[in-house]
Amino acid sequence: MKKLSLVLALILCCSMLVVSNAAAEEVVNVYNWYDYMDESVFDMFTAETGIKVNKMYFTTNEDMMVQVRVSPGAYDLVFPSDYCVERMIAEGLISELNFDNIPNSKYTSQWLMNPGYDPDNKYSVPFMWGTVGILYNTKMVDEPVDSWGILWNEKYANNIFMMDSLRDTMGLTLKYQGYSMNTRNLVELKAATDKLVQQKKLVKAYGVDEIKDKMAAGEAALAVMWSGDALYAMELNEDLAYAVPKEGSNIWVDPMVIPATAKNKENAEKLIDFLCRPEIAKMNCEYIWYSSPNSAAIELMGEDYTANSTINPAQDVIERCEWFHDIPDTFLTVYNTLWGQVKNAK
Amino acid sequence: MNNLQIPAWGIWAMLAGFAAFIGLLVAYFKRNHGLKRPIFASPYTLWIILFTVVPCILIAYYAFTDVNGQFTLDNFKNFWDSNYDARKTMGPELEMYLEMGFTAEDLGLGRGTVNVDTLIYSLWMAFLCTIICLVLGYPTAHIMADREFKLGSTLVILFVIPMWMNFLLRTIAWMSILEDTGLINQVLGWFGLGPVKLMYNSGAVLLGMVYNYLPFMVFPIYNVLNKMDYKLSEAAMDLGCNKWRTFYKVTLPLSLPGVVSGITMVFMPAVTTFFIPRLLGGGSTEMFGDLIERTFLTANNWNVGSALSLLMMVLILLSLGLLRKVDPDGEGGSMI
Repeated sequence: MKKLSLVLALILCCSMLVVSNAAAEEVVNVYNWYDYMDESVFDMFTAETGIKVNKMYFTTNEDMMVQVRVSPGAYDLVFPSDYCVERMIAEGLISELNFDNIPNSKYTSQWLMNPGYDPDNKYSVPFMWGTVGILYNTKMVDEPVDSWGILWNEKYANNIFMMDSLRDTMGLTLKYQGYSMNTRNLVELKAATDKLVQQKKLVKAYGVDEIKDKMAAGEAALAVMWSGDALYAMELNEDLAYAVPKEGSNIWVDPMVIPATAKNKENAEKLIDFLCRPEIAKMNCEYIWYSSPNSAAIELMGEDYTANSTINPAQDVIERCEWFHDIPDTFLTVYNTLWGQVKNAK
Repeated sequence: MNNLQIPAWGIWAMLAGFAAFIGLLVAYFKRNHGLKRPIFASPYTLWIILFTVVPCILIAYYAFTDVNGQFTLDNFKNFWDSNYDARKTMGPELEMYLEMGFTAEDLGLGRGTVNVDTLIYSLWMAFLCTIICLVLGYPTAHIMADREFKLGSTLVILFVIPMWMNFLLRTIAWMSILEDTGLINQVLGWFGLGPVKLMYNSGAVLLGMVYNYLPFMVFPIYNVLNKMDYKLSEAAMDLGCNKWRTFYKVTLPLSLPGVVSGITMVFMPAVTTFFIPRLLGGGSTEMFGDLIERTFLTANNWNVGSALSLLMMVLILLSLGLLRKVDPDGEGGSMI
């Protein structure tokens, strides 16, 4: 009896193998940040089109770039950050989109058309966007938070969290001093470095993902944070508020792109079109609470979205902000050297 | 491993290969009636070659080459002068600034001591950590190995169980104990005592290191003490030694191999510590491990990163050599 069941199991396994090989089904291989969308939309996509979605994840842009370079054909749809798109275009890693297959891209907000990283709007469709700003605890901060300068205010010594992220932290300091976040002027960079070294005795800690929970717990008065993380913390603690300083800040977009080596380009375009559909864009936006680039989805969400200044900043705030441009590895060495001086200053 | 797509036939082939390998092993074992055959070491040897020897060769290759794969020693110069690489890559652009009347120092690119400072800080922290582990660990091991002490084996288990958890998790747990709104400060709050700053300083980093590496000090010493012939101490007592003299004359000298092994096994991971400074120290002062990680991941500079790693490895090899001198037979049960 035992032997028989073993044989049966074997036959079953083999037949499954044959079946899965026989049906050359339509697929699309998606490479995305972890927990970056409501994944039930993938099931809806499969139910509607019959195209199976294979999900793969990355944790940093750098990992993603390496993977796209070394495994050609493995990915059909990728979600890099804006400055990476710029580099991927330069390296020929991604292909131009056929916008005839993506009619829903017409919903993309006008001001996100022809962005700095893809000036001719040929390679990418925005998926989510957001800003960098200051998350603060209204119980501990009594003055208006409208300038990066508050991060240098001695009143808040040991009550400030900074980002442990070279581009973001150097960037906001440059912006505070009236320079561009993308500067390659060594004098300006040195000035920002000095400013950060001077600030160091006021800083409680440099961190990234853990900071949002610490702010929700009331560990500090001020923290530099991405808008989506800020919203997450504000939901846990109603004393928290978010502001984008008047000097301007970083505005970022995570667009969808198709690698040049993709094997299922048309399926990927179908999926992009599906994700641009207003109801679907709404679902994703309400799942992760970053800002939506989809004007029709915003209309669907109504007051909930438009009245929230964190997720829906005023146009003048957006205009004061700046995109990150890609910095080549050679110049990154300078950035990293100066950042090392900040991190290890006494 | 989300990115690894293995076809179905590949999985079957792997299973078949594994079964064949096991079959071969069993056949060999049956024929030779013994385990003392070099073939049984082959999976381990293969593992070591693939995941230790090959990466080491790659690190050495990157350390001695530049981005274009040309031989160079410049990566090591970056250790003595942390701004060397930045000056070199900026080359002609930097010249322009110098002509405008700036000096390299004005631009923050004069001789940089960040890398050397970080190494000295790491060595100092590792030294302190080792001393504290020794002071705490030796008596603990002594108590655990004491024949009179019935709870010795319970103590061993208490030391082992936390190690089943990932060290990162255990360190994060320390965060919620130490922070301003954490456990200790909450309890203090009940008695009307203000929050004490416990976290985000070198002391907290040291605490995290001692906590994580203490078992590596306790177990080698415990191993040696446990195997020691207790009749030797009894003889010393019979011959008129008091407790302290017995310890000083008999137990301590016999346990030295364990102490040496413990010191090495704490010092080596302590020197290469990373991530703990970021979690408990607030990322305000890096240790050498953090520096290497940043050079690889943030600066995307594998050549300089490899050179720094190689220096670290040489340091570790030197201390291993030292261990061999004091404890030639590996009596302390060194696991390395």
